[in-house]
Amino acid sequence: MKIAVCIKQVPTREWQPRLNDAKTWIREQDVSYEMNEPDAYALEEALRLREKQGGEVVVCSAGPARVQTVLREALARGADRAIHVEHDSLGAADAFVIAEALAAAMKDEQFDLVLTGLQSDDQGHGQTGVILADRLGIPSSTIIMEVQIEGNALHVKRELEGGWFQWISMPLPALLTIQSGINQLRYATLKGIMAAKKKEIRKAALPQGIEAAQQIVSLAVPTRSKQTQMIDGSSADAARELVRRLREEARAL
Amino acid sequence: MILVIAEQRDGRLNRATWETIAAAQQLAAGMPIKVAVLGTGSATVAQEVASAAVAEVMVVEHPALETYTPDAYASAASALIESVSPTYVLLPHTYQTRDFAPLLAARLRKPLVTDVTGLTGSGADATFVRPMFQGKLAAQVKPVGGPPALVTTQIGAFRADAAQKGGSAALTKFDVRIDSTTIRQKPEPSFREAKQAVDLGQAERIVAVGRGIKSQENIALAEKLATAMGAEVAASRPICDNGWLPMERQIGSSGQTVAPKLYVALGISGAIQHLVGMKGSRTIVAINKDAEAPIFEVADYGIVGDLFEIAPAIIAELEKS
Repeated sequence: MKIAVCIKQVPTREWQPRLNDAKTWIREQDVSYEMNEPDAYALEEALRLREKQGGEVVVCSAGPARVQTVLREALARGADRAIHVEHDSLGAADAFVIAEALAAAMKDEQFDLVLTGLQSDDQGHGQTGVILADRLGIPSSTIIMEVQIEGNALHVKRELEGGWFQWISMPLPALLTIQSGINQLRYATLKGIMAAKKKEIRKAALPQGIEAAQQIVSLAVPTRSKQTQMIDGSSADAARELVRRLREEARAL
Repeated sequence: MILVIAEQRDGRLNRATWETIAAAQQLAAGMPIKVAVLGTGSATVAQEVASAAVAEVMVVEHPALETYTPDAYASAASALIESVSPTYVLLPHTYQTRDFAPLLAARLRKPLVTDVTGLTGSGADATFVRPMFQGKLAAQVKPVGGPPALVTTQIGAFRADAAQKGGSAALTKFDVRIDSTTIRQKPEPSFREAKQAVDLGQAERIVAVGRGIKSQENIALAEKLATAMGAEVAASRPICDNGWLPMERQIGSSGQTVAPKLYVALGISGAIQHLVGMKGSRTIVAINKDAEAPIFEVADYGIVGDLFEIAPAIIAELEKS
């Protein structure tokens, strides 16, 4: 079985936002990056399916040269090879552009199954996977918490709101967007890191003429919907003051 | 014209639809609003939304829409959109919308702006506000390549009770043809995994823990704080994913929605998926080492610092009296 996993490189959770001068994008020179967390779960799921079914896991990413770091990391965790659609403009591209870019690079590979995270921790459109499925001409299902494969049939557990779930059957090939927490992540071993150095990363060009579907007019730190009272001082002082206010002002204790 | 796609399941309207109608009314600037109800047996739902100040409620019935699938819904919605030519199509940002709206946008080759929390301007030239970078930043975005532009409204961002009622809108039927062989997903009935032994919705006070608690052993600290406050313990998603607390104690879009008298967020950064489950709480306390964490945007009281020092200090303070 030939499985593709689409991964994105996003700023780390610890990153503090700083904006470019035009306030239309982040200051990229300040950013340290990591693998988008839901994509890491998608990769882990692909590796587990390969262990059961045999076959190949190919990681795909569309982004500037820097995304090679996460592709190498995925190879070190066990993916067999990688496809990189490389272009500087892809770092800030929207879901339509990323999906079109990936589709062009992936369509001739005839993957049986395509996995990706349900959304990215940067722009968070939550669209790339489903648009990619449409462009590849395959069915999709989203927010998946369990994947079962029997022959050519796919049986997946889809998360609904408020603790509800639903099983869905689909034919292969198909695309699934994976929810965080579907499995326990593995980390790269030293042996894996060494082996990754010899694995192939195929470069693909960004096709001409892909149009963006939205424009970021401006970015800002969100305005607070509430007047938050910040309580300073030592831990003991802050704790005492908080308890006092919760009792006397908020009457919540 | 603005088209709102209502969400219903088993003949019951998803309340978030009212929030989307409120957003449509804010956006309209004189444009008529039509609400589409997809499914079967949707007469009651159609009557309910017809009480809104909208021009028309369009009932789209077809046997293939009885049980939701992304393929059938995208087919029906794209036929409807091509027929009524709206400027905007608005939907509530539910799990169902997240499943089919990108497919609809892809097939129509039209822009989709998701998870919208606000809008500036109105009419064809509006700008939409949506979170980016886990809520650390808010972006003003403009759809490119419409009309129509598809827009999904974040749950809780617009007020359902702000939706204007207007008597009775015209009810019309929209006939749609769906080729059942194009529906590739075969869904089974939905089910609940946990027995939901804890109904956090009834708790007066909740102490919720997030990634900042660092390890399973430290959950005991949160439990001790909860006991001292007379509160139930809950958690954000990653804690339950790790198995440190059972899934039925998860607060957020995939867990429970709560609005207790007191909500203490301990080491929770405040990703939007968590905030939608708790921001209606009467008093919110946030304790986090990161002063920029989005949780402080919804908090009434905030302490920036080390929860491993602050939580024991609060316990000591409560035990004093």
